[in-house]
Amino acid sequence: MATAVLESGERETYLNKEYGIKSWLLTVDHKRIALLYLVSITFFFFIGGFFALLIRLELLTPAGDLVQADTYNKLFTMHGQVMVFFFLIPAVPAVLGNFLIPIMIGAKDLAFPRVNLLSWYLYIIGGALMLYTILNGGVDTGWTFYTPLSTEFLNTHVVTAGLAIFVAGFSSILTGLNFVVTTHRMRAPGMTWSRLPLFVWAHYATSIIQLLGTPVLAITLLLVVCERLFHLGIFNPALGGDPLLFQHLFWFYSHPAVYIMILPGMGIVSEIVCCFSRKRIFGYTAMALALLGIAVVGFLVWAHHMFVAGISLYAAMIFSLLSYFVAVPSAIKVFNWTSTMYKGSITYQTPMLYAFGFIGLFTMGGLTGLFLASLGIDVHVTDTYFVVAHFHYIMVGGMVMAYLGGMHFWWPKISGRMYPEGWGRLAALLVFVGFNLTFFPQFILGYMGMPRRYWDYSHSPEFQILNVLSTAGATVLAVGYVLPMIYFLWSMRYGKPAPDNPWNAAGLEWMVPSPPPTFNFEEQPVVTWEAYNYDEIKEEVPVAQ
Amino acid sequence: MHNSPIATADQEAHQNPALLHHFATEEQQKDAASLGMWVFLATEIMFFGGMFCAYLVYRYWYFGDFGAGSQSLNVVLGGTNTAVLICSSLTVALAVRAAQLGQQKVIIICLILTMLLGLVFLGIKGVEYHDKFVEHHVPGPGFHFPGHVPGHPDIPINQHHAQIFFSLYFIMTGLHALHMIIGVGLFAFITYNAMRRRYGPDYYTPVEVAGLYWHFVDIIWIYLFPLLYLIDRSK
Repeated sequence: MATAVLESGERETYLNKEYGIKSWLLTVDHKRIALLYLVSITFFFFIGGFFALLIRLELLTPAGDLVQADTYNKLFTMHGQVMVFFFLIPAVPAVLGNFLIPIMIGAKDLAFPRVNLLSWYLYIIGGALMLYTILNGGVDTGWTFYTPLSTEFLNTHVVTAGLAIFVAGFSSILTGLNFVVTTHRMRAPGMTWSRLPLFVWAHYATSIIQLLGTPVLAITLLLVVCERLFHLGIFNPALGGDPLLFQHLFWFYSHPAVYIMILPGMGIVSEIVCCFSRKRIFGYTAMALALLGIAVVGFLVWAHHMFVAGISLYAAMIFSLLSYFVAVPSAIKVFNWTSTMYKGSITYQTPMLYAFGFIGLFTMGGLTGLFLASLGIDVHVTDTYFVVAHFHYIMVGGMVMAYLGGMHFWWPKISGRMYPEGWGRLAALLVFVGFNLTFFPQFILGYMGMPRRYWDYSHSPEFQILNVLSTAGATVLAVGYVLPMIYFLWSMRYGKPAPDNPWNAAGLEWMVPSPPPTFNFEEQPVVTWEAYNYDEIKEEVPVAQ
Repeated sequence: MHNSPIATADQEAHQNPALLHHFATEEQQKDAASLGMWVFLATEIMFFGGMFCAYLVYRYWYFGDFGAGSQSLNVVLGGTNTAVLICSSLTVALAVRAAQLGQQKVIIICLILTMLLGLVFLGIKGVEYHDKFVEHHVPGPGFHFPGHVPGHPDIPINQHHAQIFFSLYFIMTGLHALHMIIGVGLFAFITYNAMRRRYGPDYYTPVEVAGLYWHFVDIIWIYLFPLLYLIDRSK
């Protein structure tokens, strides 16, 4: 079957098939929707990052001198809400997952292309509500919306913030639904479950969490909104309600939400590690089962966020034990990535640098998670910077590292252009150094007893040196994040045209042209090989210029 | 793709106008739609599950006040609505069967009957809401629910606890009613397509999938009815 050619003589791709704003806003092509998401989440990432920088600037000095206390409360609240709900949760699934899953399994599109577009519009409506909230003075409940603070005692825009996240939640649900059905029903002939790339397995596990967790957050936020509007008292102890019930419902989603963020990252790292070690993944079945195991066990640990909230000791002990269990599949993953690299033919391209960063930082984030899962230590470090450092090691050190690694790995496929390798390595290094400089001091701060969410620490000026280090690190990190955006944009015009398979990688997505045509495959592919068949690929990764 | 002169196999597959471009076969498309709805219903169970969980906690804590609140609901209207919904489930099932058999008129009649039954349900629900409003049982500043806990003439009803019962009553039945309204809208769209003879033995997926949704909304009511209306009817 002949390749479609445009009048200009260029090969027809999903990018140049149609032009104009309508061809983007009404597209049902999963690849174009992925790019719509890419632009939107990048926008929110920089808004959330802006709040983070203001927080770090305020903490540069012990006195609360840059912003008012109330403003500071709004800054960390909106930093959390924007980053969690409008960047971290959609980022990998809605951008890379959307783009790659149909191609990786040999399908022309996701099962429900129009639902896919609807999910982007829901995201935009939620995002617009969030922007409205920010521009109208913001919200200061903390990203957790704890009641009765959020329902009775604050005079900020809790209702619009709650509705923003409610709507964005449905966008997340629809993405998950599409991925589950696509994985079940759209696989090419021969693409059995045991041949699926781990990237697809990771998104399948993520989708299960999105599907079963997000609706609970939706109803919880709806109850908060109703309670605030009509003074119902469901979560207000003064009216007979139970604030602990709110926390249970909230964390029933919001703890598994951490796995919504990290599991797709694990999928990315598996792809990168295999490609740049030129080896099949070590323990494929264990890796796939570990992903599902994290998704399942992740649903049973939520109350470890409530150890000091007044739950019963026996409940706390059980949740503590279950939280330890998450370490088992997580450790399987780290060991198997390491074993994959063992005696591999490793090259140090940008995606691999990010993968190295991910493995190290995720391990540190995971191990400090065990500290927090143990009842005694948790009491000491609850609501301190130790917790802040821990979850940033998972979410930023883990998920954002993996996201950037994935963006570099598949950018040639997405854009049809190579990014500048030297700048890529520099940015990866800056992100790694900047990240550790920002967040490692926070472990020490937290262990020394500095509470989170404080705007002024002039009672203990000895915390300043570590805070100065952290702020300096945040500056480096910011440069590391802005750089890729600049050179990705630059490469779209000036980058070298990318070959179909720039890394000599395995997988169906590298067998279609870069960038792919609208329906991905000229002919229905038939899969006759196992995933990661690097032993059959003789070529090495080309040397970067 | 469809402009290509060589894609004859694809063009053959495209002869059924309902087959979307990215599916290989009609069977694959039908399976995807059906699985999609089942997965969506799983999310709906979790959505209502949060409220059922809240109900469970407060029913346990405020046993008597919930009993009193339940007694104040109109069990005749609630029971009638249960019967109406079960009948509508039957008419939906008949509509799906008619679509499978290609009986065009029967599809339309069954779908219209379903929508009518849905509207009857919503009308009765409206009457019930109106009664509650008149009796000052709507949560808010005007909330007033005098009396004593059933079986304990010496224990007055705690207004806060009763208000939680009515809050849950209105939110749970309100969200259920919203699902009913969405369902009626869905069937209006499908009836319009049925009038254009879109459905038959070759293609009845939308009727079947919307039917699944409707059955689910019925099942939610089957749980809401006893929990809200019947928990304290022994005397």
